Amino acid sequence: MANLIEPHKSTLSVQVENHFGVLARIAGLFSARGFNISSLSVAETEDPSVSIMTIVVDGDEQIVDQVKKQLNKLIEVIKVRDLTEQDYVSRELSLIKVAVDSNKRREIIEIADIFKGRVVDISHENVTIEVTGSSEKIDAIIRLLAGYGIKELARTGKVALIRG
Amino acid sequence: MELTGSKILMESLKKEGVKVIFGYPGGTVIPIFDSLYDEKSIELIHVRHEQGAAHAADGYSRATGDVGVCLATSGPGATNLVTGIATAYMDSVPMVAITGQVPTTMIGSDAFQEADITGITRPITKHNFLVKDVRDLAATIKKAFHIARTGRPGPVLIDIPKDVQTAKTNFVYPESIDMRTYKPKVKVHLGQIKKAIAMIEESQRPIIYFGGGVILGNAAKELTEFVKKSGIPVTATLTGLGGYPADYTDPQYLGMLGMHGTVFANLSISHSDLIIAIGSRFDDRVTGKLTEFAPNAKIIHIDIDPTSISKNVVVDIPIVGDVKEVLSELNKIIKPAKIVQWMEQVAEWKKKNPLGYQKAENIIKPQDVIEQLSKITKGDVIISTEVGQNQMWAAQFYEYKKPRTLLTSGGLGTMGYGLPAAIGAQAAYRDKTVIDIAGDGSIQMNIQELGTAISHDLKVKVLILNNSYLGMVRQWQELFYNRRYSGVLLEKHKHNESKGEYYPDFVKVAEAYGCWGKRITKPSDIPGALKEMIDYDGPAILDIVIEKEENVLPMVPAGASLTQMIGGMA
Repeated sequence: MANLIEPHKSTLSVQVENHFGVLARIAGLFSARGFNISSLSVAETEDPSVSIMTIVVDGDEQIVDQVKKQLNKLIEVIKVRDLTEQDYVSRELSLIKVAVDSNKRREIIEIADIFKGRVVDISHENVTIEVTGSSEKIDAIIRLLAGYGIKELARTGKVALIRG
Repeated sequence: MELTGSKILMESLKKEGVKVIFGYPGGTVIPIFDSLYDEKSIELIHVRHEQGAAHAADGYSRATGDVGVCLATSGPGATNLVTGIATAYMDSVPMVAITGQVPTTMIGSDAFQEADITGITRPITKHNFLVKDVRDLAATIKKAFHIARTGRPGPVLIDIPKDVQTAKTNFVYPESIDMRTYKPKVKVHLGQIKKAIAMIEESQRPIIYFGGGVILGNAAKELTEFVKKSGIPVTATLTGLGGYPADYTDPQYLGMLGMHGTVFANLSISHSDLIIAIGSRFDDRVTGKLTEFAPNAKIIHIDIDPTSISKNVVVDIPIVGDVKEVLSELNKIIKPAKIVQWMEQVAEWKKKNPLGYQKAENIIKPQDVIEQLSKITKGDVIISTEVGQNQMWAAQFYEYKKPRTLLTSGGLGTMGYGLPAAIGAQAAYRDKTVIDIAGDGSIQMNIQELGTAISHDLKVKVLILNNSYLGMVRQWQELFYNRRYSGVLLEKHKHNESKGEYYPDFVKVAEAYGCWGKRITKPSDIPGALKEMIDYDGPAILDIVIEKEENVLPMVPAGASLTQMIGGMA
């Protein structure tokens, strides 16, 4: 009976009341119902009473549909939009600290340039690169730099807005 | 007018029409109890355990349709409410729970009797609030009642620190409330109604399956009209019972479905080609094995909560809305279904597999007790139940004629619910007969509430079906664990088999609390004892010693399909 489609990632943009405890309510909803969050970012909007959460959810259509309904049911959720169904721009930011000696430093900086990244810190042993872009782009640079030895990595969740 | 927080609470509760509060005092709610002391229009029912307060508020709400209110102190008082709040949440019962909290300056310091009750109850409340400023108190109470009683109802908790209870502010109660994030009112989609009617007309083997939403939405009248006008057979969930007048001689009435449902209800839904689900949520106790549930049926699902739709089963026509409104729309255009053959088939199943049990001469059968109670009281009393075999026999053999006459913990299945729930209902309707159908296990979970019944002159009757076992678990152990009765015997543990000794002596317990108590062991004693219990002018316990290893049948084993029933099949 269940019409299951291949699991995929959906990007939800969720407007919420900027109250204490809202993040706990949303995180609690996901854990209580066994939904998977692959990334989450939260920040205040231009209206300080409203925050936007960008949530990337793993799951088939039925699960994502249920996630959206459950989010809408939370009293402090203002609006849930599924960006996956629309034309939208999204970005992630990553800071990548690569172990490198002076011989290879040039190569690392070239890679960063190709990805329009920036060197934000440098020392005798390490270079830290900042890169922004789609999740795929971040994945790609991480793969390339992994060969040199990534010492530390920090990555934001995805933020997204509908185009136009 | 400047008032303290606790006075503001009183004034606000009165504005919300609250007449009764079930509460237990403690350090952080003394200011509230002090304000209650002067209140003439709010009755304080002082319980013996906070869990009793929560269940009593729940029972009050289920019996009346109003929001039930309970009150407890911080820390252990608040955590003792948790089971009661979760019970109400699972069955969508409108309730407001008020808890005291340590002063705002001490929150987070692991203060004496501090617990993060908003954190603890987040997944078991519809919403909850921690009021940190007395100026927010009145509006928060307004919101809490609004959220509890509208949309899909549910419990709401308000946590009020002690310094907020004593701080003063100008009291203005908001006349109306508009929350940008919460708009429970949904307009019925008439296009969906038309589609549903067309699907009903096309179907050969339709069935109506309704649940607690019909009771909560006060839609019993509309449902009965829909059933009568359409001529379609109807089956109820546990929490739906009473939403359509039960009468096994009514050809359309199939009783309860599911794990302990009637054979004819389970066969009918399994062979149906269309299920009209009304205020029900396809719970696992109803559907059995999901992949084999009603394999040929299309589904129309009417529910106020969109999350219930296509959660467990995929629905063909969803109708989101208030069941009362949706049924009213359907009733305008529904025509009698042309299902003569189907009704003949249903009648044959009913005739071949009636609900029954093996009669005995010398030992009391629990089903016999409930059947006789049903005949004597004619559906004109309020029944509450505990959880387990007693609950299932009460569902199968009592014919509920009216909504809000069965109070039972369906979703959470909380043992210890029945007595405090009966107390709650009795506090609302002092002149009605309220009977808790109990087992000897469950009743002991909140038996202390006999003290509440006596001190507030609440004349609840407790009918104990006593088999000196935790009967439902024993039944599972008998059927699926090779009769290895682990942890279910309520006698002395020096022997593994029952010796027919009963602990406690419930007659003595009743007497210790100042209640009426009597024990019977012979079938011939049933009618007289039931009458004596009902007629007694005060709280009463009737301890009925029943067949020790009687099973609840039919039974669909957990995880099996509805057509794989043990017992009851011809």
